[in-house]
Amino acid sequence: MTDASWETLSNQAVAAAGLVYFLALIAHLIEWSSLRTLPVAAGSERQSSVDIPGGIAVATGPDEAGEAKRRRTELFGRLGFLLTCLAVAIQFVALLARGMAADPNRVPWGNMYEFTLAGSFVVALIYVALYHRLKLAWMAPIVVAFVLTVLMVAAIWLYAPVAPLTEALTSYWLVIHVVSAIIATGAFTLGGITSAMFLVKSRGSERTTGYVARLPQPEVLDRVSYRLHAFGFPVWTFAVLITGPIWAHQAWSSYWNWDPKEVWAFITWVVYAAYLHARTTAGWKGRNAAILALVGMATLWFNFIGINYFSTTSQHSYAGGAPAVVQQR
Amino acid sequence: MSTSLSTRPPEDDRKPGELGFGELLRWIWRQVTSMRTALILLLLLALAAIPGSVIPQSGVDALKTSNWQADHPELTPIYEKLSLFSVYDSPWFSAIYLLLMLSLVGCIVPRTWHYWRGIRAKPPAAPRNLTRLPDHAAYHSTEDPDVLLERARAALGKRRYRLTVSDGPDKWVSAERGYLREVGNLLFHLSVLVVLVGFAIGSLLGYKGGVILVVGNGFSNTLTQYDDFDPGSLFGADDMEPFFLTVDDFDIDWLTEGAAAGQARGFVAHTTYQESLDSPEEEYDLKVNHPLTIGNTDVFLIGHGYAPVITVKDGNGDVVYSGPTIFLPLDQTFQSIGVVKANTAEPTQIGLEGEFYPTAAFSDHTGTYFSAFGDLGNPMISMLVYTGDLNMDAGVPQSVYSLDKSDAPMLRKKNGAPYRVDLQPGEEVTLPNGLGTVSFDGVERWTKLQISQTPGKWIALAGVVLALIGLLGSLFIRPRRVWVRARRDEHGTLVEVAALDRSGGGDTAAVVDELVAALQREDKA
Ligand code: HEM
Repeated sequence: MTDASWETLSNQAVAAAGLVYFLALIAHLIEWSSLRTLPVAAGSERQSSVDIPGGIAVATGPDEAGEAKRRRTELFGRLGFLLTCLAVAIQFVALLARGMAADPNRVPWGNMYEFTLAGSFVVALIYVALYHRLKLAWMAPIVVAFVLTVLMVAAIWLYAPVAPLTEALTSYWLVIHVVSAIIATGAFTLGGITSAMFLVKSRGSERTTGYVARLPQPEVLDRVSYRLHAFGFPVWTFAVLITGPIWAHQAWSSYWNWDPKEVWAFITWVVYAAYLHARTTAGWKGRNAAILALVGMATLWFNFIGINYFSTTSQHSYAGGAPAVVQQR
Repeated sequence: MSTSLSTRPPEDDRKPGELGFGELLRWIWRQVTSMRTALILLLLLALAAIPGSVIPQSGVDALKTSNWQADHPELTPIYEKLSLFSVYDSPWFSAIYLLLMLSLVGCIVPRTWHYWRGIRAKPPAAPRNLTRLPDHAAYHSTEDPDVLLERARAALGKRRYRLTVSDGPDKWVSAERGYLREVGNLLFHLSVLVVLVGFAIGSLLGYKGGVILVVGNGFSNTLTQYDDFDPGSLFGADDMEPFFLTVDDFDIDWLTEGAAAGQARGFVAHTTYQESLDSPEEEYDLKVNHPLTIGNTDVFLIGHGYAPVITVKDGNGDVVYSGPTIFLPLDQTFQSIGVVKANTAEPTQIGLEGEFYPTAAFSDHTGTYFSAFGDLGNPMISMLVYTGDLNMDAGVPQSVYSLDKSDAPMLRKKNGAPYRVDLQPGEEVTLPNGLGTVSFDGVERWTKLQISQTPGKWIALAGVVLALIGLLGSLFIRPRRVWVRARRDEHGTLVEVAALDRSGGGDTAAVVDELVAALQREDKA
């Protein structure tokens, strides 16, 4: 295949993935809308060791209509998940083709478009991978909507034609650095979604129907959020404080330069360290910790997108602007 | 009557609410080392780092900073007072992270002893009432308590728990695991200090300097040869390695098609160097991402540009300036700016200021020249002429990239329009009024090398790697205690299982379920 046809394939795969995510979203919306009228099973509110935390508890009973509804709900839930898996696979093809389209072939993260594509892919991938283990069914509509939105933003506003990497970016440290940064970003994003839902859920609505009523208990959400953050934090540490400086040392002669991107990566790191501390500190547990997790996610995404518009000194040239030809110090 | 001597001062001659000095100190220490303070200091550190990402920092981009300062004459003195141009060396930023480190030491070191004892301790006795714990289970069995407890022991032992078994009338197994979590945590926090030490060594004892070398020229590593030099405050010039380096050739690979046409795909400086006067000559191809390491010093290629060779003869016909002149590129097209200072010219000094275009093209739209491409397609210089006093003898150091035009007015044509020197290689122009001639003899290239010593970088790296290892231990080792009690009652043997998570992240309910399943599985077999 020629580079041009790889590029076309990549664009088509992005469109296809968007379409399949959209179908998945619809399936989940049907799932949740038919659940809306069913009251939450009494058992799911119980706090005991046999309870399946995070699972969607559905009332079972002799009620025929309820039974039919339950089956339909389950069907659409499963359909939505399968469609999401399919979309993730297609999105992977899109990324792969993007890398194949460049001459020489390269990793598909040379600019904002590709980074956004890869970032949303990892969010979806981690979600799919942890779906059973952390019982993330409740998260389905949010994650799918999120990924779909990001994908659309990428395709509409950030699209850039395939181009070779600037020389500073051709380093295997780049590959390790960016892979780990993207993985951490994915985990933190899912953790942030969980913390947001924790805040919603712990406001303690009395209702027994609807989406919020079916969210797992706040303790469960808090623990899932912690697990996601606890996974993301070491990966972020590795990306930002180990591989980033090693690469910077090779490319720019200084392993830590207080470049705006570095500053914000550091801020993100410090905020998440504060989150981990808050979870173990009386008076900061729960609500405040969850707020810190959201602040962390805000700094993370601000660093990714916002700082490019605030600062032009950044040497992280994927941000757009021309790579520094020469730096006058 | 026995006398008890008290060294304590009487308590009651103090007003209520007043603290003794010692107590005050102790109180302050407790505050500083509390987890809450650490948390607040962490958040403060995050906040304090923000200004440095929006205000240009002199240590990061000096040029941009001085431009910003020129544009904001009112804010500049205020910002300067607040150290906002060097946030990360400022007293207030340092104060926050030093306090954080103090808090860290004060928090972690006293705990070390506590951890040490904890690590060697046996699991504590089972609480009297296991069903009071949040995660527990109870069921009846037909088997003998001893059999069940033996099975619990085996099951927990297989899962790497440390065990205590009671033989008394109250029969239970107490199990604990995850002792290394605290070690991991300790390692992490101490490693943060190590990183800071490494970082501090680098910024105090290291240096960073830059030099622009015209291709073909050499450089010997002494202070005077640098164009800019930024030493740490404890750096001594005798720490510099006595090496010599020559840039023999420079290659650049231009992209001429595709979306990134006009960009350079890569460039390489072919160098020869000697580690010291009497070492053998060696060769190295210096590229971005591939620095040359000589002893403790690293040499990086961080930029390149063009140096038009310009010769100025004065009114007497004497050569008063000649040589490659470094022009600084403005953008990807390598449109570059530079100046020539011929301050020994007679009858009057001559200054030239203008632009170099590697591939000159004329825009009808703007009525000016521009560069269409970064490679040498159609090189041209276009410069304005200034005559008079360039103020080079005033004793004030001047940048080699700018002219002092205060006493040197621009040369104009009769009609008042500026007099321009537009030359292609090989051309010469005679200036009016018997000032002399200017010729453009050819184009050379220059490379910008950054040379630095970063002592302590391995300490910092080792620190972060250790911190990461510690962090993994701290986050993924789940310390937990599990108890199993079995006793006879009127329905058979009552088995109680309970678990307690000590990290706040574990799912103890699952642990209890799993253990109960293990006990019952054998039950049925
Ligand atoms: C440089 C600043 C600091 C950073 C980056 C940092 C980071 C961390 C991290 C990532 C954890 C793991 C949290 C977890 O296990 O869930 C942790 C735990 C802990 N930190 Fe820090 N810390 C810092 C300073 C401090 C200070 C000053 C104190 C003392 C007041 C402290 C006390 C603790 C304690 C006691 C834990 C254990 C919490 C637990 O067992 O879950 N840390 N810290």
